[in-house]
Amino acid sequence: MWHDAAVMAGKDLRIELRSRVATNQVAPFALLVLVLFAFALDPDRGVLARAAAGLFWVAVLFCALLAIQRAFAVEATDGARDNLRLSGLDPAAIFLGKAGAIAAELGVLEVLLGAGVVVLYNRALHGPALLVVTCVLATIGLAAAGTLYGALAAGLRVRETLLPLLLLPVVAPVLLAATRASEAALGGSPGDGWPWVRLLGVFAVIYVAFGVVAFGPLLEESS
Amino acid sequence: MDRVVVHLHAVVSLLGRFPALAGVDLDVAAGEVVLVQGPNGAGKTTLLRACAGLVPIVDGEAVVLGHDVRRDRRSVRRHVALLGHASGLYEDLTVADNLRFVARATRAPGGASVQDTLDRLGLGGRLSGVQVGRLSAGQRRRVAVAALLLRRADLWLLDEPHAGLDAEGRERLDDLVRQTAAAGTTVLLASHELERARPLASRVVAMAGGQIRAEASAGVVGVA
Repeated sequence: MWHDAAVMAGKDLRIELRSRVATNQVAPFALLVLVLFAFALDPDRGVLARAAAGLFWVAVLFCALLAIQRAFAVEATDGARDNLRLSGLDPAAIFLGKAGAIAAELGVLEVLLGAGVVVLYNRALHGPALLVVTCVLATIGLAAAGTLYGALAAGLRVRETLLPLLLLPVVAPVLLAATRASEAALGGSPGDGWPWVRLLGVFAVIYVAFGVVAFGPLLEESS
Repeated sequence: MDRVVVHLHAVVSLLGRFPALAGVDLDVAAGEVVLVQGPNGAGKTTLLRACAGLVPIVDGEAVVLGHDVRRDRRSVRRHVALLGHASGLYEDLTVADNLRFVARATRAPGGASVQDTLDRLGLGGRLSGVQVGRLSAGQRRRVAVAALLLRRADLWLLDEPHAGLDAEGRERLDDLVRQTAAAGTTVLLASHELERARPLASRVVAMAGGQIRAEASAGVVGVA
């Protein structure tokens, strides 16, 4: 299964490298969101600094939606999904590979957005270990849930508008826990963040396990 | 009949509520090349896709390469190759990237095999590094045929295989079909281009209304 997952992730990441959609569109979009938040929330009154963690994760969530839609759009063109079903790849491995590729893209974007938060929002970092673990677990949760709901919406004519409606309520707990843990990491009290990290870990395990089991039937039904 | 590769009995398949296959009976032996002909909407494409386990069969008996299509679609899919109307390729990947993915996903021998296939289809050199989205329709079709070859399948399902190919591409495809059938691979092909496809076939079946209406050896005229 791990060989199949690596093949799938490699293919999806290669598509992103060749098309440069992530670097030329998603990354500039992410930075633009940060800048617009800075305009909307006056930095001089301290609101921006206090809301930095939440704004970071909202920006990540927007980018995740774009990455997930893109990951399934490439399978919808020119009969690619049929060939994927015929490939003999284990559906669970397809899920893990797709989620892995989305997580890798989000990881790079989070580094970029993190640098943006430090520079634009003038926030210092007090708990780097907490922040790294938070990012890893939240990214796994977002990518797993996104891949599952991306497959669910893939066969529908209105998938572009339906995906956010389906996904955002499901990942709301991830957004909440990741924001609280990140606030603790940025605010100088990392100890307050670890209970939220445990919650993120639980969500990541649940979404990955559910995806491994449910992705195969979803891939069939959405075709 | 030699070893039966495709056994369909009273197969029913629905597209929405419409019965695209309405009780199909068909047996195909190993190494046979069977031409499926019929008007648009006769059910040819659905028949091929049903044999590949890509459309659900709601009634009847369907055994392909020894696997029950209704119960074990994954096993069937591992051993069949489908050349459909769409190329099934990723437009952002290069020709070589696409074929390498097929080789790795299907665990076909990689490396030299991909290069051999590229050369065999006239896709080597500069063309192998071009993104599929930049290719002409005919070139894309040739890449799809290359992917078909790489799968090393026991059953080829070809849906209008000559569409979009130039004269040289058509000759090359015909040669491939003859060679692969001679090597023991079974071929089920649907085509409107009867003059082109009939010489390839050992048997012709005529479909209409989701059923097989007539059947004859390829030399016999009368099923058209």
